[in-house]
Amino acid sequence: MRTYQTEVLVIGGGATGTGVAYDLAQRGFKTILVEKRDLTHGTTGRYHGLLHSGGRYVVKDPKAATECIEENRILRRIMPHCLEDTGGFFVTTPWDDPDFGDRFMEACQATGVPCEEISVAQMLREEPLLNPKISRCFRVPDAAADSFLATQCVAEAARQYGAEVLIYHEVIRVIREGDRVIGVVCHDLVKDEEVSILADMVVNASGAWAGKIAHMVGLEVSVMPGKGVMVAANHRVVNTVVNRCKMPSDGDIIVPVHTVAVIGTTDQRVADPEHFAIERWEIDLMLEEGDKLVPGFRQMRMLRAWAGVRPLYQETKVADTRDVTRAYTLLDHETRDGVMGFITITGGKWTTFRQMAQVTADRVCEKLGVERPCRTHEEPLPALFESDRHTANGYHYLGARLTDIESHKSYGDLVCECELATRAVVEQAIRDGNAHTLDDIRRDVRLGMGPCQGGFCTYRVTGLLHLWRQTPVTESNVALRDFLQERWKGLKPVLWGAQLKQERLDEFIYLSVLNADHLPGEKASRLGPVMYEEEVNNE
Amino acid sequence: MRDQPIWKARTEPTTTPHQPAELTLDQCIKCNICVTACPVTAVTDLFPGPKYEAPQGGRFRQETQPSTDHSIDYCSGCRVCNMVCPTGVRIAEINARVRAHMVKTGQIKGRARLRNNLLARPETLGKLGQPLAPLTNLLLHNTLGRWFAHKLLGIAPHAALPHFASHKFSSWFRKHTPLSMVTRKVVYFHGCATEYYEPRVGKAAVHVLEANGFEVLVPPQNCCGLPLLSNGEFQAAHTYHEKNIHHLVKYIRQGYVIVGTSTSCTLTLKEEAPELLDNFSPEARLLAENTYDLSEFLLLLWETGDLNTENLRPLPLTLPYHPPCQYRAHRLGIPSLELLQLIPELQIQLSQAACCGVAGTYGYKQEKYEIAMRVGEPLFQFVRHSRAPLVLCDSETCRWQITRATGLPAIHPIELLAAAYGFPAEEPLRTVLATYANNQVAVELH
Repeated sequence: MRTYQTEVLVIGGGATGTGVAYDLAQRGFKTILVEKRDLTHGTTGRYHGLLHSGGRYVVKDPKAATECIEENRILRRIMPHCLEDTGGFFVTTPWDDPDFGDRFMEACQATGVPCEEISVAQMLREEPLLNPKISRCFRVPDAAADSFLATQCVAEAARQYGAEVLIYHEVIRVIREGDRVIGVVCHDLVKDEEVSILADMVVNASGAWAGKIAHMVGLEVSVMPGKGVMVAANHRVVNTVVNRCKMPSDGDIIVPVHTVAVIGTTDQRVADPEHFAIERWEIDLMLEEGDKLVPGFRQMRMLRAWAGVRPLYQETKVADTRDVTRAYTLLDHETRDGVMGFITITGGKWTTFRQMAQVTADRVCEKLGVERPCRTHEEPLPALFESDRHTANGYHYLGARLTDIESHKSYGDLVCECELATRAVVEQAIRDGNAHTLDDIRRDVRLGMGPCQGGFCTYRVTGLLHLWRQTPVTESNVALRDFLQERWKGLKPVLWGAQLKQERLDEFIYLSVLNADHLPGEKASRLGPVMYEEEVNNE
Repeated sequence: MRDQPIWKARTEPTTTPHQPAELTLDQCIKCNICVTACPVTAVTDLFPGPKYEAPQGGRFRQETQPSTDHSIDYCSGCRVCNMVCPTGVRIAEINARVRAHMVKTGQIKGRARLRNNLLARPETLGKLGQPLAPLTNLLLHNTLGRWFAHKLLGIAPHAALPHFASHKFSSWFRKHTPLSMVTRKVVYFHGCATEYYEPRVGKAAVHVLEANGFEVLVPPQNCCGLPLLSNGEFQAAHTYHEKNIHHLVKYIRQGYVIVGTSTSCTLTLKEEAPELLDNFSPEARLLAENTYDLSEFLLLLWETGDLNTENLRPLPLTLPYHPPCQYRAHRLGIPSLELLQLIPELQIQLSQAACCGVAGTYGYKQEKYEIAMRVGEPLFQFVRHSRAPLVLCDSETCRWQITRATGLPAIHPIELLAAAYGFPAEEPLRTVLATYANNQVAVELH
């Protein structure tokens, strides 16, 4: 069995895990990170892309609000190229309590979240599609975040400090010696073999899966997976993050991120972070609530739906998951359970991942008896792609890719036409990146994320993968099928109107012309997608 | 179905809400039909194609961000993409609005913008140039003049600049004595080309309308604004549009409709100006909903039995006809062809070419001239192979482009129809008819 020896092992390749690995590596620890799929495969890659100003929590969870605005300022400094400075509105629609605005303003002041009330006329000048019946509008420093890119950048920074990032390494056993955790055994899904990793310290940063990992140690950690469904509209609709000015609830936020506008979310407790359904009422609710913010939203083309699971930690059981605190939790299992060499960091939200990483790394230092200060809030993160260098005041902006393509006249070289991903960036992702599947390439370069959902780029990128990796034809065929299946996964809940027409065309291309379902090779690989469960029909 | 005759204006504008062109990008299913049909993409790598520019690029544009577009300026605005799109994306309009944003944010500036503004103001050019026609024609149509226009302004030295006419259409019309048998009235929108360059088209239109019992009204009017719209100069185009609304709506309120012989002018009044300028006021709608292209109007008359076809003389000629892309954009089929087929013994060879290339002012620009000529090549081939003495086409700039490329004179279909009604033809049709008559005589003598 392949064996690694390291100082710290981090489990989980989401924002938190990569943040922890980066922080530790930067502080000089020999660090390995394991992730069972690709980076951001869990909750990080399935959220709406909001960099919180804290506004959402000022009334309900002031502690979380303060954490958010502190981190908001830091992330704007260290990773502006992963953020879009959209700004945010909190708006009072006719369906909201008109008095909430005053409470909101006061709470913003109390928590230190900058907030300014603007006139509805000004709001409509900036966002002409918003509901003209909105009565009040507050501006806050919300922003949009590219959580794929941010995590890749953090991982790259970690690597530059010597950390090793092992993706498609799924923890299957935790090795325990008496009261001490000394390592884990992973299943390398790519090579289909077992790998053991021994470490002085194991950090469980597996988010909604933290309970499962703790269970392998024999510990009880109660993390409730709170499912949130999101729907992306085909174009930006708004260029500012728009929140309803009320207590957080379902479908009350639209986040413009890259080329889409994401409406979210629902909040449903599910038994398993991996297996759940997107239900029809959830989609309907998103459209209905979206229509209140942007009249006509319901008629616009919806691109895709997806669901992520919030990791909500609670020592005691709570029925409605939205009442659980959004602030994060660090569990020292030595003091809590008498098990050494193992700590768990969970809860929180994307916006606070760096702070979560910092307190975790602080605790690791303490446990290992060393004192090394955190520097992640000071050091800017690296840019990964040439096109990321087109920025507006350092921030990413919507037009960056078009600008890049227009200035290089590279429009004849597009692999993904919808998201303007050129052959050069796709090849870079294949050659220099760690992509194993087409879906990994998607996360790296936004391939297949536009209106046609892989209709015209899947066969192109399969060809490039085949060319560069020299994979056998059967493997290339499976890679193609896996990706088509993965795209289909998010299309099923929104199959009407233009997207249905689109999918019919895609079906003709792949099933009728290319005969994709009968090409030689396995039907699907173990790296392929986990589909949503079929909806339980209660009628 | 209409419940009143075609020549009676609809004085109540519709109120259906309109959707900004950009929102139609949601309908794109990436099928590439527009890319395969685009005549510009077919001949140059400088234009990546309608799909890339409108529905794809459109998802990356934001009103408040500076424009970084370059390639979209190579869209000629021919609207072939709109016509072939199976899902209804308003590609050409999206592109035109992006170009306006480029102008507004300084992406098109300096000499190019000056040149574009000059080309886009046929009314101003006409007002300045026509009164001194012999002199201005001499200045514009000699090698030295064209050399200066090329070097100083970037106007392609070989592009087909028109000649100013010796008299304006409106001057002729003031002196013109109408036929006496008048039963109904119609307003004629002549456009800049008829007014300053080819008054013969307007005369033919007036004759044909009078032969059908219409009193023709020619109120004061301005450039429709299309050249400005297609050069992204929306502010100036808006001014012209408002002026035309001011001039014409009062006639519509009296129950008269507007007919025009320039297909691009009528398209602009019907839909381009309101759509591009977001001008859907009741007055703008009234003008849009009561404007007809002349062939469309005459064909509608014919459909209800209101067209005088008894007096049409046979014209045993075989002539090529090119329906301009601007006419096809009306989505009416090919009304001029149907109309011409009413002329006994006339044979029409129908062009299947997508576009002549010039697309208004596009082909006059130095950097686009070659593209325009390549776009038009299939049409030029068709015209050359016809071996006909002249070619028919509804749009003025297309006529000039065809003549420039093939050496064959070009006329508006209404000129032929007027000749069939027995009105005296002007050059170049007069010579063709005379030659034909001589041949006939010669044949008969044998």
